[in-house]
Amino acid sequence: MKTAGPPRVIFSRHEAVLAAFSSPKLFGGLFFIVITLVLSILAPLFTPYTPEQIAGPKEAPPSAAHPFGTTLFGRDIFSQTLYGLGATFGVGFFGGLIATLLGAGLGFLAGYYGGTLIDELIMMAVNVFLVIPLIAVLIIISAYLEFRGFVLEAVIVGLFNWPWAARAVRSQTLSLKNNEYVNLSRISALPVRKLVWQDIAANMFAYLILVFILQFSGCVLAAATLDFIGLGPTRGLSLGMVLHEAVNWGAINLGLWWWAILPGAVLTALILSFFMVATGLDEALNPRLRRVRGVI
Amino acid sequence: MKRFLKKKLIIYLVTIVFAVTLNWLIPRLMPGDPISILLSRLGGPGTDQAQIESFFRRSFQLDRPWYEQYLNYWKSLLTGDLGVSIYLYPKPVAAVIGDAIPYDLLLMFPAILGSWFIGNRVGALAAHSRKTDSRVMPLLYALSAAPYFWLAVLLAWFFGILLGITPVQGASSIFILPSLTPAYILDFLHHWLLPFLSLFIVMAGQWAVGMRNLVLYERGSDYSRYLKSLGASSKLIRRYTYRNALLPQVSGLSIRLGQFLAGVVATEIVFSYPGLGYLLYRAILNQDYFLIQGCFLFIVLFMVTANLVVDLIYMLLDPRVRMSLTGEEA
Repeated sequence: MKTAGPPRVIFSRHEAVLAAFSSPKLFGGLFFIVITLVLSILAPLFTPYTPEQIAGPKEAPPSAAHPFGTTLFGRDIFSQTLYGLGATFGVGFFGGLIATLLGAGLGFLAGYYGGTLIDELIMMAVNVFLVIPLIAVLIIISAYLEFRGFVLEAVIVGLFNWPWAARAVRSQTLSLKNNEYVNLSRISALPVRKLVWQDIAANMFAYLILVFILQFSGCVLAAATLDFIGLGPTRGLSLGMVLHEAVNWGAINLGLWWWAILPGAVLTALILSFFMVATGLDEALNPRLRRVRGVI
Repeated sequence: MKRFLKKKLIIYLVTIVFAVTLNWLIPRLMPGDPISILLSRLGGPGTDQAQIESFFRRSFQLDRPWYEQYLNYWKSLLTGDLGVSIYLYPKPVAAVIGDAIPYDLLLMFPAILGSWFIGNRVGALAAHSRKTDSRVMPLLYALSAAPYFWLAVLLAWFFGILLGITPVQGASSIFILPSLTPAYILDFLHHWLLPFLSLFIVMAGQWAVGMRNLVLYERGSDYSRYLKSLGASSKLIRRYTYRNALLPQVSGLSIRLGQFLAGVVATEIVFSYPGLGYLLYRAILNQDYFLIQGCFLFIVLFMVTANLVVDLIYMLLDPRVRMSLTGEEA
């Protein structure tokens, strides 16, 4: 029931791919993400040490044998970083997935029933969750939980990151739902579930991917901050926890700058890469932004 | 105008009730008896177990029906009774938090306001000049992506250890007592500089990146093209686009605040700066549950107040906002 025929769809798709290929931001960001992902998955191949192992001399600065140096106790920081990346990716992925699904679902509902009581209630929940900071809730929860795992962290980070996704999806839905093809589906008594899925979600697919990427990096950052504060999982290793260890043992005051700064640099570069991919994708998929850039 | 404000006030009221309820509910929902969990975690030397246990029993009142517990919780909150800190026993939680808050305000207000004004200026500049854009923006992108705590560690190492020109711990030297003397104020500012900078730089980067895109968008819009075709000076167009792009940045303040707060907590930990964040950190390390709860309530209270202020400013700046809440947004 779409107004656009198949040839146009193919054309615009090619256009977007072309724009994506010509975007150095998208390429550079994706390149770094893939590299770190491969490094973290195949960590045992790239480093001979495990993160807990006493691998070499204590407090050694970066060298060929230990690219990121060693800790106060002689553990290899490079392998800690590689192994820690896995948890960072995992929490970011699942947290981002939960936040995107929840936010998109509620955003569709609120947008579709725009102006009704359902919309009001969902938006009120959005506003309440936007005001209560995730970090504060997590502090309360973690004060009582004896054992915290990465799954719990992902769930909590996801549960408190959905509001802005819901807000964004809602306003997109509001502008999409008055299209003729949506009206046609409505008068032909298509169930709401199907209508939202076929007519609204399908047309927002690219946008939803974008939301997911931003949520992914948002969850990585939120989880890293929690780990850094000391509210992360009670067992295991993540980039935030490596930094927590470093600051807790006074790495800066002892002059062991590599302990805190190098893993943090990897984390920063990772978040920056996600940001670049999102910006590049936005420019590639959104003709309006492309045009705007062309004008300037 | 009134309707908008009323709606916002209701939302904030619900938020506060929700936060207090959460605060009350979480210990009661956790598996097991909260009192025995807390006691098993405490167990350090020098703590009087029996005394603390009776204190917990009195505060939780688990023998009463739940609605009575809930009402009593509200009653004690409204009378300003947040319980007693265990780690700084017998100092009341409200007093402990009251001591920390001035440090937070001194850190957060300059960081938020300063980064907002300067970040927006730099972003607008980058949008107008290609040279600035290609030279400054990559750096600003990197800064805006940096976690607050990482930048804090970086600054602490560079200025504090490598150059040795700034202290990296506390809010003042040990030998000077807090007072309004020039010596103390200078000492405080010396300690304050690095935590301030680490918050300021990241946030300014975020504002600049946002502002650049907003101004670019405004420059592509019909009114600026029209102005251009009329032959208006670029200075005039700049002023118009800047003002229009500024509005979303005001509402963006309330969205960024949550993340910023997490950054404040982390930064205070890096520098042992005695604000609410560092207090919270020590409360977590010492399992001081009432202190943690009190910090939580104050953080939510701060968020609500800040959001309300942002709403009021936004309302003053943009009359259209009335429509956005009473009618359709799109």
